[in-house]
Amino acid sequence: MSNPGHAICFILDGKTIEVNDIPPTTTLLQYLRESLGRSGTKEGCAEGDCGACTVVVGEPANGSIAYRAVNSCIRFLPTLDGKEVVTVESLRAAAGDLHPVQQAMVDCHGSQCGFCTPGFVMSLFGLYLNQPAATRDEVIDALAGNLCRCTGYRPIVDAGCKMNDYPPPAHWSRDDAQSAARRERLQSIQRKDSLALGTPAGFLAPQTLAELASAYAAAPGSLLLAGSTDIGLWVTKQMRELPPIIYLGEVAELKTIRETGGMLEIGAAVRLTEAYDAIVKHYPMLAELGNRFASPPIRNAGTLCGNLANGSPIGDSMPVLIALGASVELRCGDRTRTLPLEKLYLGYQKKDLAAGEFLTAVRIPLPQPGCTVASYKIAKRYDQDISAVCGGYALTISDGMVTAARIAYGGMAAIPQRAARTETALIGQPWNEATVAAAMQQIAADYTPLSDMRASAAYRLQVAANLLQRFYLEHSGAAIASRIEMVAAD
Amino acid sequence: MNTIAELPPTTIAGHTQRHESAHLHVSGCANYVDDIPLPADALHVALGMSRVAHGRIKSIDLSAVAAAPGVVAVITARDLPGDNNYGPILADDPIFAESLVEYAGQSIFAVAATSHDAARRAVKRAKIEYEELPAILDIRSALEKNSFVIPSQKLVRGHPQAVLASSPHRLQGSITIGGQDHFYLEGHIAAAVPQEDGAMLVYSSTQHPSEVQHLVAHALGKHSHHVTVQCRRMGGGFGGKESQPALFACVTAILAAKTGRAIKLRLDRDDDMTMTGKRHDFIADYDVGYDDSGRITALAVMLASRCGYSADLSGPVNDRAICHIDNAYFLEHIEVVSHRCKTNTVSNTAFRGFGGPQGMMAIEAVIDDIARKLQRDPLDVRRANFYGIEDRNVTPYQMRVEDNVIHAIADQLEASSDYRTRRQRIATFNAASPLIKRGIALTPVKFGISFNATHYNQAGALVHLYTDGSILLNHGGTEMGQGLYTKVTQVVAEEFGVPLTQVRTSATDTSKVPNTSATAASSGSDLNGKAAQAAARTIKERLTNFASEKYGVPAADIKFAGGSVQLGNGKSLALAELAVAAHAGRISMSSTGYYRTPKIHWDRATLTGRPFFYFAYGAAVAEVAVDTLTGEYRMLRVDILHDVGRSLNPAIDIGQVEGGFLQGAGWLTSEELWWNARGELKTHAPSTYKIPTARDWPLDARVHLLERSPNVEDTIYRSKAVGEPPLMLGIAVFHAIRDAVANCAPPGTRSPLHAPATPEAVLRAIRAAKDLA
Repeated sequence: MSNPGHAICFILDGKTIEVNDIPPTTTLLQYLRESLGRSGTKEGCAEGDCGACTVVVGEPANGSIAYRAVNSCIRFLPTLDGKEVVTVESLRAAAGDLHPVQQAMVDCHGSQCGFCTPGFVMSLFGLYLNQPAATRDEVIDALAGNLCRCTGYRPIVDAGCKMNDYPPPAHWSRDDAQSAARRERLQSIQRKDSLALGTPAGFLAPQTLAELASAYAAAPGSLLLAGSTDIGLWVTKQMRELPPIIYLGEVAELKTIRETGGMLEIGAAVRLTEAYDAIVKHYPMLAELGNRFASPPIRNAGTLCGNLANGSPIGDSMPVLIALGASVELRCGDRTRTLPLEKLYLGYQKKDLAAGEFLTAVRIPLPQPGCTVASYKIAKRYDQDISAVCGGYALTISDGMVTAARIAYGGMAAIPQRAARTETALIGQPWNEATVAAAMQQIAADYTPLSDMRASAAYRLQVAANLLQRFYLEHSGAAIASRIEMVAAD
Repeated sequence: MNTIAELPPTTIAGHTQRHESAHLHVSGCANYVDDIPLPADALHVALGMSRVAHGRIKSIDLSAVAAAPGVVAVITARDLPGDNNYGPILADDPIFAESLVEYAGQSIFAVAATSHDAARRAVKRAKIEYEELPAILDIRSALEKNSFVIPSQKLVRGHPQAVLASSPHRLQGSITIGGQDHFYLEGHIAAAVPQEDGAMLVYSSTQHPSEVQHLVAHALGKHSHHVTVQCRRMGGGFGGKESQPALFACVTAILAAKTGRAIKLRLDRDDDMTMTGKRHDFIADYDVGYDDSGRITALAVMLASRCGYSADLSGPVNDRAICHIDNAYFLEHIEVVSHRCKTNTVSNTAFRGFGGPQGMMAIEAVIDDIARKLQRDPLDVRRANFYGIEDRNVTPYQMRVEDNVIHAIADQLEASSDYRTRRQRIATFNAASPLIKRGIALTPVKFGISFNATHYNQAGALVHLYTDGSILLNHGGTEMGQGLYTKVTQVVAEEFGVPLTQVRTSATDTSKVPNTSATAASSGSDLNGKAAQAAARTIKERLTNFASEKYGVPAADIKFAGGSVQLGNGKSLALAELAVAAHAGRISMSSTGYYRTPKIHWDRATLTGRPFFYFAYGAAVAEVAVDTLTGEYRMLRVDILHDVGRSLNPAIDIGQVEGGFLQGAGWLTSEELWWNARGELKTHAPSTYKIPTARDWPLDARVHLLERSPNVEDTIYRSKAVGEPPLMLGIAVFHAIRDAVANCAPPGTRSPLHAPATPEAVLRAIRAAKDLA
């Protein structure tokens, strides 16, 4: 069966759901609860921060089905076209037997009030399908986007560790998830032509870059949508009426990651999960940043280029990418240009983008010999918190001298911004404590941060300077503990 | 003291059972209010809120709201059929503000529309003009202006001022203690369905169905018998659904009465956090005298809390703070002044611990400061001040402590956690580590169980035995995840000697058990367990007498056990068999049960009496590592030993202990409420308000219940309440961070850390400690 052009089609519990005539900003959660009466999936915050709404979405990937946990509360329904949706109600076998994930939660006393539980079950189910032998740390990683207010999480994490001890279920085992029937069913709803909803198009999902470029050039007032991890909130929180939407998620050319000309090029539709996997392969020291960027369900929806194009002053990707000298590929109609990432940001929410111009990719230089790289994020909470300050550092030290320094901070200005004076204080100086102390003095000259609910201006200045000291200590052979992660109880 | 051996064994109560709804929770089949199907023409409500913290409403123009797509009804204070109040104690909480608004977020009007989305969009079209008035936004400003919601209270025992003057050492200090949002995962919600003849059925996510019933009746201008309130379960409560649900229930009922249609009001998370009360933030200024061992000779404390714009439950919350200023310590000469400050912020309310945690935070800071000054281990100073067993055992409010197990707990925990050795190792580590500093603390908990207000300490239950042997239980307690239904079901199954599956609990319902107390003050299983036991025993007694007569066996020989009724003559029959026979014999197999807590009394005027039936105890040892460059920290290990008497259900009790501990730790670390200069709460969503995640559970956690320590009082199977006390175990984390901060400055320096200990607060404290040195 091929998909009709003007209906959203997705698979749910083995059935094809066809949806017509809904506002394109209808969220998956709204549709599940209000239209389908499937009330197992909960709304806890409607901003992707609590995880009560977590579902698993499957999509074709190299002949198999890739399943990922996502937040249904900020996921617009048309972006589920051609995909399989798995909710907490899906997991039980017809006879009523609980899935191992569910049984483990019961056996470990993992639920108290139960409201967050469906979300935890689905995050664990995503892990179950993807990591047959997850370690305790991996379970905790997978649950970073799920809040529980009753338990101390210990029994839930226990359940995540225990779920693989049960015999595979008949329904939704790892094999069943990849069964030929499921693959064929999913294949059957893959469309040949782009999905276009509404007249005039309220939602268009072009399948090629050329189609995207011409559609956007023709209607530059449209809104480009990728993961909806920010735009979703414009609808659920600000109740904005959105212009017609052009969705990037189906554009094949934008889903690529490649290495070319000494650069790692990541397309505009590449999700944060895959983008950071690729970055961390080259820059292992950025693993913590990748892990602490939002939460797994957000990283499974949001894109790296979306983070860059959004251009929030507190976005976590920009500081280190600016420090690394990354650039963005821009396209407007048939024209393309390359812009250093830092030049994209002109002022608060102001970017160097012409009408109809959009990011197609980010290009990140591959590691350079002698260049030392780090990124540090400071927030009230380790997991899934927005940074008070996020720093990115790329310094070249040669024969004990700083020969090059690129430093950028988020949370310190209206845009992610280089620390020009600080860099100047380092370059050409010996790599020692005195140099670093002098450079730290320049932070206050580089930035005039705000005070807000995340931190005061004074704290931001102090910590931005202190992080430079951390960088020095970690890259000068000092044999002292510099991070709390390096310490354990005796 | 009772020992386990003297108590009759139990087979179902006292043993781990899974949560009665666990299989429903994990499969999405547990229904919360938002999941209850309503008629297709049901309407959805959104509330219009004040944008200013303090002001007079000059004009309200809601014409654009009424004209918005999908809008069916718009109401303001003028449209109320009954009382414009949802205040639980004083009538100072208007459902809709009339001319004066007193906090940013106060409700002014409501819109009913055909969808949740339509109602929320319509609200944004309101045009309201205000004449802004000066706003009081914090405790110190309120104190300066003598702005209070209710009169201040003072408790004095002994001769504090005279003894202070003659004490060997004397110290003054202060600590600020932040508030806390409940962050129940299910936000506030209510639905009202009109019934015939003016009656109203209300589904409310509430810890206090009876109060909702009464306030809805008043708002409708009806009698209580017109209103039925039901609650099967809440998605978390923590005190946040004690007095707050009435506002939302009242609005749905008023609109349901007006439109004749079913009405649902589900708050968006941001609105919930903006509109509903939180844990009171406090400041405590103290003046303490002490001897060389750190033993307190006299203490004078000024407690001041932010109550917000109205009284709500602030009176009893602050009374409980006074009653926990002692924590586990004997304070012979003491003076506590308690101010209940009125501010132009949301009205603060009940939150797990109900003022007790704030009182304890004050005394623990005093003890810590003394220890730093004396350069003694804070644990030694704590021990020097513990209540005695035979003497030094009367609280400031004149209650004798008769069940003191804090010495036993501290001894066991100090040994099992290897506290002394670890403190040595930490000192060695810190000496060699300029950037990362570790800290450790052992803090005790002694928490009074019973509502301070004596008349709250009562409960009712209703038990039916059907002729198939199945049992239906209903009681006045509500299920918010704490496992109350599970525990009370266990009690009834235990009494009838039947498997747990033979007993079901139905939704809490004001038409089944009337005039109930809030499920609060940790009292749920104490009160409802006893009431259900009484109901079960009444039915058992009737059946026993019937069986004795029918089968000619002595009543005393008849036992309900092992899933059957044993007649004592070697014969037994299934409960169903006896039920059929009893029914044929015209025996009633339905009974109410009632319980009131014995021994308690409280004089609110003098703040003396025996407000608590007993105390629950516990202690925690926490160890942390702090990054002195950034103020970041991490919990490395926690050891907990907590007293639940003879546990009704160890798995559920451990769940309460762990969850309470982490919630308490969150309160004192990452959870920060932040208002801007206009009095707008800017931490009103999980993106800005940070409760702990799975990563924040300590890497190494050793959590145990105190064994072989039944309640000395005659509680249900000698168990102890467990809802609130473990929250205060989280204070150990705060003091471990304080210890790490102290380790950044020379010995003898106080650790000036205030709560919440965000990384910023920790870095500020490190700087301040160095400045003090």
